[in-house]
Amino acid sequence: MTILTFTLILLAGAYLAGLAGSLTGLGGGVVIIPLLTLFFHVDIRYAIGAALVASIATSSGSASAYVKEGITNVRLGMFLEIATTVGAVAGAIIAVYTPVNTVAIVFGVMLIFSASMTLRKKNEQILTEGSRMSDILKLNSTYPSPEGPVPYKLKHIGRGFSVMTIAGVLSGLLGIGSGALKVLAMDTAMRVPFRVSTTTSNFMVGVTAAASAVVYLQRGYIDPGIAFPVVIGVLAGAITGSKILMKINVNALKLIFSIAITLIAINMIYNGFNHKF
Amino acid sequence: MKAQMKKKLTDYDMQQLIGQVLRVGVILSGTIATIGGIWYLFQQGSGTPHYGTFSGEPAGFTSLTGIYKGILTGSAAEIIQLGVVILIATPIIRIIFSLFSFILEKDGLYVVITLIVLSVILFSMFGGLKV
Repeated sequence: MTILTFTLILLAGAYLAGLAGSLTGLGGGVVIIPLLTLFFHVDIRYAIGAALVASIATSSGSASAYVKEGITNVRLGMFLEIATTVGAVAGAIIAVYTPVNTVAIVFGVMLIFSASMTLRKKNEQILTEGSRMSDILKLNSTYPSPEGPVPYKLKHIGRGFSVMTIAGVLSGLLGIGSGALKVLAMDTAMRVPFRVSTTTSNFMVGVTAAASAVVYLQRGYIDPGIAFPVVIGVLAGAITGSKILMKINVNALKLIFSIAITLIAINMIYNGFNHKF
Repeated sequence: MKAQMKKKLTDYDMQQLIGQVLRVGVILSGTIATIGGIWYLFQQGSGTPHYGTFSGEPAGFTSLTGIYKGILTGSAAEIIQLGVVILIATPIIRIIFSLFSFILEKDGLYVVITLIVLSVILFSMFGGLKV
């Protein structure tokens, strides 16, 4: 295989990964790592570098629209980014002392968790009573809807903050956005309305990934020959995804993807235990 | 009521600004990476990829001075890497813009919060975590 064919196949694969990531809400990076390691037999460290860059691209691209529409809670994102960036830097340090096969196993477990999260019921309930902490930190806000702005309040800020730190560590260790954990922290603990939690999570992924990407860039994990087809492909796939998302019923698709991703995850865990990485 | 209006307006302005920063960053980095990528395929497309073993990237790809020197010699890989660096810088620049917005809004609490996030990232950049 020449570099030209490698690039073209990778470009197509990254496009599909970006499309799948966007339609399921998993993000582009998550599908890139198994694609690179299991299919292209690329070393997992290069895969992590490429996935981080892809996460920043899709996060920034889609966050730009949501922020402008005022759905994203910028203060909530900013506050929780303390947790995710500290976690991400810690994750990048832990990565040095973690054998690659262990990284692959942890990644597989995280992948299964993420897949199951996409099938979960959304939090449609909106709190009218928030905690004192939420008030002090000015986290209570509104989001736009066809019927005008909807006010919401939050609680369990400390619990959400702790889960965010774990999300940051996993992001730094595995090179993914760990959007699923971020949404879990916001939806389940802090009771952030679903539309706000997904867009705010997306908004935070860029900064979280950048915190560990600056370390990985210096460590030589980011190869231009892999990064460019991955970034362009994932970005294009995510754009297509966002365009067709409103027109199709994604429920069946989500189920198919979740099953496929679980099988991939089992494959990664199996290979990890057999020291194939 | 008037103060409320004013605060809403500046929050809205900040959202537009942040959205624009992210947009420009992604478009700029994507364009540079695409140009570099096409050029890279012309230069090295007939070679064989060797990503099965991790060797770490040479200094030219991991530092700004290395990337700059590579671009001067007309090496396409460094042009891609420049696009990557701009992409990584995009969310960081977004934080800096948020910082200024919070200063203009006189939101002291969020100026401090933003500064904490910024210092964590700067520590990550210059803290010698390369190992």
